[in-house]
Amino acid sequence: MNYVYKIGCSIENLKGVRDFIRVSLKNHGVSDLEVSEIVLALDEMCSNLMIHAHNCNPDELFELHIQVEKNNPVVFEIIDDGSVFDINQFAEPALGNIIHEKRKGGLGIRLVKSIMDKIEYQNRGGKNICRLTKAVHFS
Amino acid sequence: MIHIKRIQEDGADVIILIGEIDASSSIELDLAIAKSVGEGYSKILIDCSALDYISSAGLGVFMSYIEEFKDRNVKMVLFGMNDKVANTFSILGLNELLKIGKDKVEAKEMAS
Repeated sequence: MNYVYKIGCSIENLKGVRDFIRVSLKNHGVSDLEVSEIVLALDEMCSNLMIHAHNCNPDELFELHIQVEKNNPVVFEIIDDGSVFDINQFAEPALGNIIHEKRKGGLGIRLVKSIMDKIEYQNRGGKNICRLTKAVHFS
Repeated sequence: MIHIKRIQEDGADVIILIGEIDASSSIELDLAIAKSVGEGYSKILIDCSALDYISSAGLGVFMSYIEEFKDRNVKMVLFGMNDKVANTFSILGLNELLKIGKDKVEAKEMAS
């Protein structure tokens, strides 16, 4: 199954993104805990994109695709024509530094990397694609 | 969407979080905690029993107060988290850095 969601770059739309992911994965019997971790990672990726690549402009759109096939890892693709924010290029800050510098950001990259199995970037037909893969249990 | 209520009990300020905290609403959590500190509370209890979701933006707010609270001897204790929210804190090991109690009774003990 392939699910597609088009999103305007307002952080008010993150709630809709989370609901879309929850509904798509629950259709396939993915456990609540796994769904909640995936939601967390994708919320982070989408909010980064909205804030850092699109300055929260609600008229600029990107797409989130979810491919679910039983007994295969779930594939999430964030398809966008804005600038690339490659989280693989960023070393996650140590927790101690986050506390010391009173940084309210910096946790997100650590979170995405701990939850997802693989994060890859590619360019296809002039669009930037961030592909995240996660193995889950299907009931 | 988050609703935040504050009640005062036994000299502690209880901040009650209802709903979801993400990048669009974490500022409200930040303001509520800042207000509590500004009013001089040194025991701040965060009631998470109606918190359905928290993203890294919300986690970052709690993290950003750790040092200040240590310096000012303010005790902040979170309590009542559901399994999914508790898991979010533990993925990053924040359960080791923040005080987290089971329920309000335990949270009050931890803050005293």
